[in-house]
Amino acid sequence: MTNPSCLELPARLNSVAFFEQIRKLCQNGYSPMTLFGSKNRQLFCLLHQGAELKLLNGDFPSTLSFPSLSPQFPSFQILERELYEEQGLVPIGHPWLKPVRHPRGDIYEGYEFFASQSSALHEVGVGPVHAGVIEPGHFRFTCRGEIVEYLEIQLGYQHRGIIRIFEQDDIRDKVSLAECIAGDTAIGHALAYCGIVEALTATPPLGVRIRIIALELERIAMHLAVLSALAGDVAYLLGQNLLAALRTEVINTTLSICGSRFGKRWLCPGGVNYGIPMALAQGIVSNLKKTQNRIRLSCEAMLSEPSVLSRFDDTGKVTAPIASEYGFTGIVAKAAGLKLDSRVDFPLYPQIDFIPCTECSGDVYARAQLRYLEIMQSFDILFMLLKEPLDTKPLSQKPKEIKPDSLAISIVEGYRGRILHLAKTAGDGSTEFYRIVDPSLVNWQALAIAVRGEGISDFPLCNKSFDLSYCGSDL
Amino acid sequence: MIPIVMIIFLPLLLPGIINRSKAIMAGRKGQSIFQPYYHFAKLLGKDEVVSSTAGFITRIAPLIALAATLVAALFIPMGWQKSVLGFGGDFVLVLYLLALAKGIMVLAAMDSGSSFEGMGASRELSFTAFLEPAFMLILSALIYNGSLQSLASIISWHSINFHEVWSLISALLIASALYIMLLVEAARVPFDDPNTHLELTMIHEVMILDYSGFSLALIHYTAALKMLIYCSLISNLLIPGSFFWAPLIYFVLLFCQLVSIGLVESLMARFRMNRNLELVLVPVSISLLVMAALIARTLGGW
Repeated sequence: MTNPSCLELPARLNSVAFFEQIRKLCQNGYSPMTLFGSKNRQLFCLLHQGAELKLLNGDFPSTLSFPSLSPQFPSFQILERELYEEQGLVPIGHPWLKPVRHPRGDIYEGYEFFASQSSALHEVGVGPVHAGVIEPGHFRFTCRGEIVEYLEIQLGYQHRGIIRIFEQDDIRDKVSLAECIAGDTAIGHALAYCGIVEALTATPPLGVRIRIIALELERIAMHLAVLSALAGDVAYLLGQNLLAALRTEVINTTLSICGSRFGKRWLCPGGVNYGIPMALAQGIVSNLKKTQNRIRLSCEAMLSEPSVLSRFDDTGKVTAPIASEYGFTGIVAKAAGLKLDSRVDFPLYPQIDFIPCTECSGDVYARAQLRYLEIMQSFDILFMLLKEPLDTKPLSQKPKEIKPDSLAISIVEGYRGRILHLAKTAGDGSTEFYRIVDPSLVNWQALAIAVRGEGISDFPLCNKSFDLSYCGSDL
Repeated sequence: MIPIVMIIFLPLLLPGIINRSKAIMAGRKGQSIFQPYYHFAKLLGKDEVVSSTAGFITRIAPLIALAATLVAALFIPMGWQKSVLGFGGDFVLVLYLLALAKGIMVLAAMDSGSSFEGMGASRELSFTAFLEPAFMLILSALIYNGSLQSLASIISWHSINFHEVWSLISALLIASALYIMLLVEAARVPFDDPNTHLELTMIHEVMILDYSGFSLALIHYTAALKMLIYCSLISNLLIPGSFFWAPLIYFVLLFCQLVSIGLVESLMARFRMNRNLELVLVPVSISLLVMAALIARTLGGW
């Protein structure tokens, strides 16, 4: 499949056949990307196996309930909870059915948490207001002494109803909104959004190479931020300070190109707003080469420092079977050894010969090391793209008219993992639905699984090694 | 007179120097070394917010901890051979004054009703369970070798002497054991992280999470004073003999210790919580070694 593209709308199944079909596909190795209901009472489910996508369309069950898929395929647990919350369809037999973000209707009283009556266990609640300047989320630990037995994560404090705003008015004017889906993935989400608009209007994008440069710059900067914060969490000040300073070098490169350190307003549907003139490109390359070298020295010093390794090694493990069973994506899956990277399966710029980096141990060390490897790989991609002249005019074009009754999907490998946007237009060209799937939504469960059996004082370290977005999952 | 002035005014300089050396290591200019004084003065003028679940212990704990630590500090030699107060066997009093200060803060932490603070209290006490016997063993070993004197005399009696190998061994060993205790008691890396904002990983910081204003100022001062007590013991052990320049050497050694704490903090990650206890055991084993060395020495060496 070319990415992004418009998909053929499949034949609508009745609800029983719809879920039966999902079951069959999952047994054959497909894993779900999203499951949702639309305004006119239709169900959609997108599944994939490697690069192969399968879109299913079905009716709402007349009883407003269906047998839950989660007990058999845990990767559906958050998707079914989402469906239950948004459309009121009850998955019968779901092991832990509660709203994900916001309740239907009125204020949801008395959030229920998994609790134990055992006198040997105690509960520790953290958040939603945290001591640091981080996003809000509630974490409920059930501990035996210092050991975490169980963690339940309750998000939703950042819910802004962003999907609803996407569905109003002209879809072509929402690039600023897309940049706000998750502020640290401004380019990733903006790129996915641009793909949707271009697919829906059949406008071939210009400046694709500049877009890839933007995406890889964001990846480098955010991975550096995570590595710096990981060093901070184990009180390794040298790594924390050096990597934070190097991140500034990278985001200042983005600043020098588009005037925003986070790449806001760099991309637009149809192309890019800012090109990279040859002179600037040469300066950037020489500067980034120096930065790359310093990153290599800092990261290698940090990832071979015994006191750091004793904290990273064997902490917060997510094994490959768990990762594939739950459908985790991005860094979590790659650190466990799964070769899951949208840059291979759904390439935006197929000219790059790309092999995804993986690690196998699935612990904090694997995720840190993987981030380091991805930084180095992104630098190579950047240098390759920056060699050729990039400022070919025109840089962008106005998107054409929106095609009615079409369904577009766009997949981008953001720094966290696979970002999926999906939109369908109605007969009059208005947006029937717009779906955003940030990798965080699914991957939060990975954190909850990883900390079981770990010391509670290692939780912040595990949390940072996953570095999931609260607002990207709350939407 | 001078020791009393030092006890009152010197402590807050210690965290200032550590912070400055950390900043320089990180390539930053860093805050003024007098910043803790400004912070102290600011906190003194602030109102307090007290948790509604807290009882009277929360209110009196900082005062009791401060009083106990201040009295303990009067028994500590600070560069001179004599301390302000002293009598035979006073080290037991010093030890338990420090234990009282810690005990009341632990009670206050549990009094606040926050689950974080209970966790911090349990961590803090698990360290103490190993450090107290180590401290006791070291001083008993020193007394075994001399006689039941005041803490200041014991320390000056056993301070380093470059002409005698046994003194060298015992003084260096004791100083290293005390240095580890200093890192633990002052809540520094690798045992604790004074900079962290993560409640779940804190030890000392989490116990005082609910304090603010005047009480917090007292707690900061008490913590700094405790650091001064341990630093002084180490410095005095390492001053060779007693002569006119001893106070100067004391200050140089004090400064070196603070910079070394800053260096350790910059170049090393923190230990995993469950490995902390293994390392807290080190002073206990060192103290046993010191005891063995001193017994061997009394019995006439090999």
